Amino acid sequence: MKVIIGLIVLWPLAGFLFNGLGRNIWSKKTIAYKATGYIVCSFIFSILAFFNVQSSGAATVHFFDFINTDTIKIPFDLKVDALSSLFLLVITGVGSLIHLYSTAYMKDEEAPHYARYFAYLNLFVFSMLLLVLGDNYVIMFIGWEGVGLCSYLLIGYWFTNATYNYAAKKAFIMNRIGDLGFLLAIFWLIVKLGTVSYGTVLTAESLAKLSTTDITAITLLLFVGAMGKSAQIPLYTWLPDAMAGPTPVSALIHAATMVTAGIYMITRSNILFSASEFTGHVVAIVGISTALLSATIALKQNDIKKVLAYSTVSQLGYMFLGLGVGAYSGAVFHVITHAFFKALLFLGAGSVIHAMHHEQDIRKMGGLKSKLPITHITFLIGCIAIAGVPPFSGFFSKDEILSAAFAKSPVYWVLGVIGAAMTAFYMFRLYATTFLGQFRGTEEQAHHLHESPVAMTLPLILLAVASAIAGAIGIPELMGGHHWLSHQLIPIVGEAHETSLSHTTEWALMAASVSIAVIALFIAVQKYKRQADDEPHSALGKFLYNKWHVDELYGNAIIQPLNKFAGFLKETVEKNIIDGAVNGTGKLVQYSARKLRLIQNGQVGYYILFIVIGIIVLFLCWFNDIAILHFLSYLTKKS
Amino acid sequence: MFLLIFLLIPIIAAVFLFIVKKETSSNAIAISAGLLTLLGAVYIAVNKIDNFDATWLLSINSRFVLQADGLAKILVLLTAISFPAIFIATQKNQIQNKNSFLGLMLLTQAGLMGVFLAGDALLFYFFWELALIPVYFLCSIWGGEKRIAITFKFFIYTFLGSLFMLIGIILVYSNTPDHSFLIESFKHASLTNGQQLAAFALFFTAFAIKMPIFPLHTWQPDAYEQSPTAVTMVLSAVMVKMGLYGVIRWLLPLFPAAAASHAHFVIVLSLIGVIYASFIAIRQDDVKRLIAYSSIAHIGLMSAALFTNTSIGMQGVLVQLFSHGINVLGLWIIADVLEQQTGTRSMKALGGLAKKQPTLAILLVGFAFANIALPLTNAFVGEFLMFNAIFQFNPWMAAIAGVSVVLAAIYTLNMVQKIAYGNISEATSAMSTPNKSAQAVLIVLLVIVFITGVYPQPLFNMTADTLHQLFVK
Repeated sequence: MKVIIGLIVLWPLAGFLFNGLGRNIWSKKTIAYKATGYIVCSFIFSILAFFNVQSSGAATVHFFDFINTDTIKIPFDLKVDALSSLFLLVITGVGSLIHLYSTAYMKDEEAPHYARYFAYLNLFVFSMLLLVLGDNYVIMFIGWEGVGLCSYLLIGYWFTNATYNYAAKKAFIMNRIGDLGFLLAIFWLIVKLGTVSYGTVLTAESLAKLSTTDITAITLLLFVGAMGKSAQIPLYTWLPDAMAGPTPVSALIHAATMVTAGIYMITRSNILFSASEFTGHVVAIVGISTALLSATIALKQNDIKKVLAYSTVSQLGYMFLGLGVGAYSGAVFHVITHAFFKALLFLGAGSVIHAMHHEQDIRKMGGLKSKLPITHITFLIGCIAIAGVPPFSGFFSKDEILSAAFAKSPVYWVLGVIGAAMTAFYMFRLYATTFLGQFRGTEEQAHHLHESPVAMTLPLILLAVASAIAGAIGIPELMGGHHWLSHQLIPIVGEAHETSLSHTTEWALMAASVSIAVIALFIAVQKYKRQADDEPHSALGKFLYNKWHVDELYGNAIIQPLNKFAGFLKETVEKNIIDGAVNGTGKLVQYSARKLRLIQNGQVGYYILFIVIGIIVLFLCWFNDIAILHFLSYLTKKS
Repeated sequence: MFLLIFLLIPIIAAVFLFIVKKETSSNAIAISAGLLTLLGAVYIAVNKIDNFDATWLLSINSRFVLQADGLAKILVLLTAISFPAIFIATQKNQIQNKNSFLGLMLLTQAGLMGVFLAGDALLFYFFWELALIPVYFLCSIWGGEKRIAITFKFFIYTFLGSLFMLIGIILVYSNTPDHSFLIESFKHASLTNGQQLAAFALFFTAFAIKMPIFPLHTWQPDAYEQSPTAVTMVLSAVMVKMGLYGVIRWLLPLFPAAAASHAHFVIVLSLIGVIYASFIAIRQDDVKRLIAYSSIAHIGLMSAALFTNTSIGMQGVLVQLFSHGINVLGLWIIADVLEQQTGTRSMKALGGLAKKQPTLAILLVGFAFANIALPLTNAFVGEFLMFNAIFQFNPWMAAIAGVSVVLAAIYTLNMVQKIAYGNISEATSAMSTPNKSAQAVLIVLLVIVFITGVYPQPLFNMTADTLHQLFVK
């Protein structure tokens, strides 16, 4: 098992080193084969690990001690269990497809940059694997910041573009704010429990050692970390900007894997989170608020990737709603299905952008259905899946979250369904505007419209199949299913809570949410199948189009004041007050020296006076039998 | 005996450089002396070395004692890595009177290593000043435009601190049972509470200026900016460690009660400095001043962790002493190459390095992320332990200090963006072929960054004895 786990992690690392160090040596073909091949190898070993867990249970392997001192021990241990083995499959599986897709999507890049791109992408997979495989919070944190680094590097991949650089920086800094919360939670655990290993922390014995305040504080701080990484209010604004990166990056990092790290973290720590009612409410409220806020913004965006980005933020919000109401397996389920359909949608968008020669504005598209048949049909499948139409995958996972939310509070359910309706609406607005109606682009674009090569369409097809059928892993018992996933996760999150809902209620809720979504979907198709959205006229339309002005708010209320404060410290406090005092002291010494110098004026009378004073002082000292040293210690004794 | 010979290597090389007038081989001499010292330092680091003990100033009972425990080992190793690295990386720089320059540098090295190895308070003081004097000449002869005024301020400021320390040394000495300057005797000095407090204040002032602790720091950015970059590297990578070293070697063991009762005061002051310097770093346009303020912030964190008086904090500091030196050295070398090749230190004027010299840009990104303590770089290990210690001391203080983690990301990534990204600026386009020797040094340093970041255990093992002495009685 040690070898298998080691290799899962080492393949992507090898790819990073190979491409990173050989960026000026290898041909693009070599780079593409190695980068993709290594991830596929990692996927194969992940499958082995998965079946190993199925047959013989979880396994922890020790590699070395990361930190081992008298006071603290942090082993470099990796662990595969039911939860991490699922994440392994998603990361390396979807990762392989996206690497394959990238080989074609990035083909216009020069070889050194092509190598750089794949090096970053491999490093990302490595970090993400560490994040989910680590057996303690510090290893998770290593992966956590590692994926942040790769996200930064890939968002700013086209580094000559200043806007992209700002987006990259913004992503890293916002994530760092979250990371600080995560770090403080780790310190808190160390102070109280002396360890960060899951095996010790996540047990009933440890829980008994922690006060309610401890648990609430630790879980809230962990959640702050999750807010950053998984783009929740108030730390979500980096994710839409992160679309500056190449589209496959958006698919892998900013949709399928990295942004779900927060869900992984909370699911992993579910014992702690379940112990704090208060945190549960906070998580659920932040989740549903984020889901609704970003869904409203998505209604009015015209950039194909921006719509998908806000949609991602919104779907992540649903997952946090699930976590907040205790539906851990539902949240993980949605992570998995979302990974498929959102990766599919992003890659589909990439295929469209590729065909349209880097046009991302859907108002200038339309009618692509016939020109891009494979992209069209797979994109449609993705839209149906995310809209929650049965029997596609998104339906099952979203329904599980919604019914758990209803059991907690019907208000959550109502809000969730409103969000689901908006989701269906904006996704089909996107679909209809892009693929239906007349082509609205330029002559030249029309001339060059073409379906993407196999390396790009193959991942689309595979992901479309997965998006369609992945619901099968979690068919609820209500429908005569067995819910394989929730049984899988019993070792991690315990038996799924029996909801108090009757079967009739569950059927009714399901019917209600599905029909509302389907109605929204049809309205959107009807409205947008012929023409695109105009510029927003109404105040509300403009408000949504401008994303609730949150970026401006942050700029005016936080960034500018801090910047001014820094300027004040630099110009006034540092230069005038502190350094002024230092220089003032120096000047005072020089000044008094100039004045005292005048005492030596050559008049013998003065000299004799000072000699006499000196002699008197000496005598005094002598009389008291005090040498200079003792005099000194005498003084200090008094103090 | 080995320690004495080891200490004499740079001194002999320096004397040799002063005598020989020919400048053709001056680089080679300095580099070989540096590498020989490095070899010795590695030997010292991995072996148990006997103390060197000889009579020195018989009349006042001061002895020439050199000792190499974990604390000394790690700092001697840092010094021994830094100097040859600096010599190699800056060998192409145009410097008048290169022999004297390099000779003075080597004398500084000897002084620094003497400080770390000295086991006698007077000897410690002797080396403390010995390290400062060549630096004074280096700065005031080869520095920038404002060098005279700035160096004067730097010298007077730190010299004032040194004098306080001297008074403190004499105060403790006069109360030792056997009238000796040895550390052991100093530890057994019978001081009244008042005396301990006074001695603490005197030593602390010297160390606080050297580190520096807010608000005694204003000499530093100016000195870093105006010194020739090779000297800045010494100041920043090694010399500021003298202050921290002094706290660990002298202040905490000698005056534990006074240190404990003033811990709150020092920690608060240090943390104010951390946040303060980080904010100022955000607004710097000059690369050297940015690194200077960033370094003040990092040192402030170390000083705060030290005064928590916890084993975990001390462990963090011991590792971070080394890591900070390596990282800041890397940043300075990059800043120097940029200044030499573009003629400017203004980040506004730079840009596009990733296009012009991709390798240097990659190295810059590497050191930048080490500077913000990304996990698996060396700085994470130290900062993680230090933050833990501060959190144990007071969670709120850790939270406030933690803000610096975010601020560091802001100013460091700003720097990377302005220097490396964007289109090639006019200044950057003037860059000639890559400076291979500087790049080679940077690569070696970056390898150290990652090795000690992934597997820091050797550093822990090296310093375990110091930790035991301080915390296991």
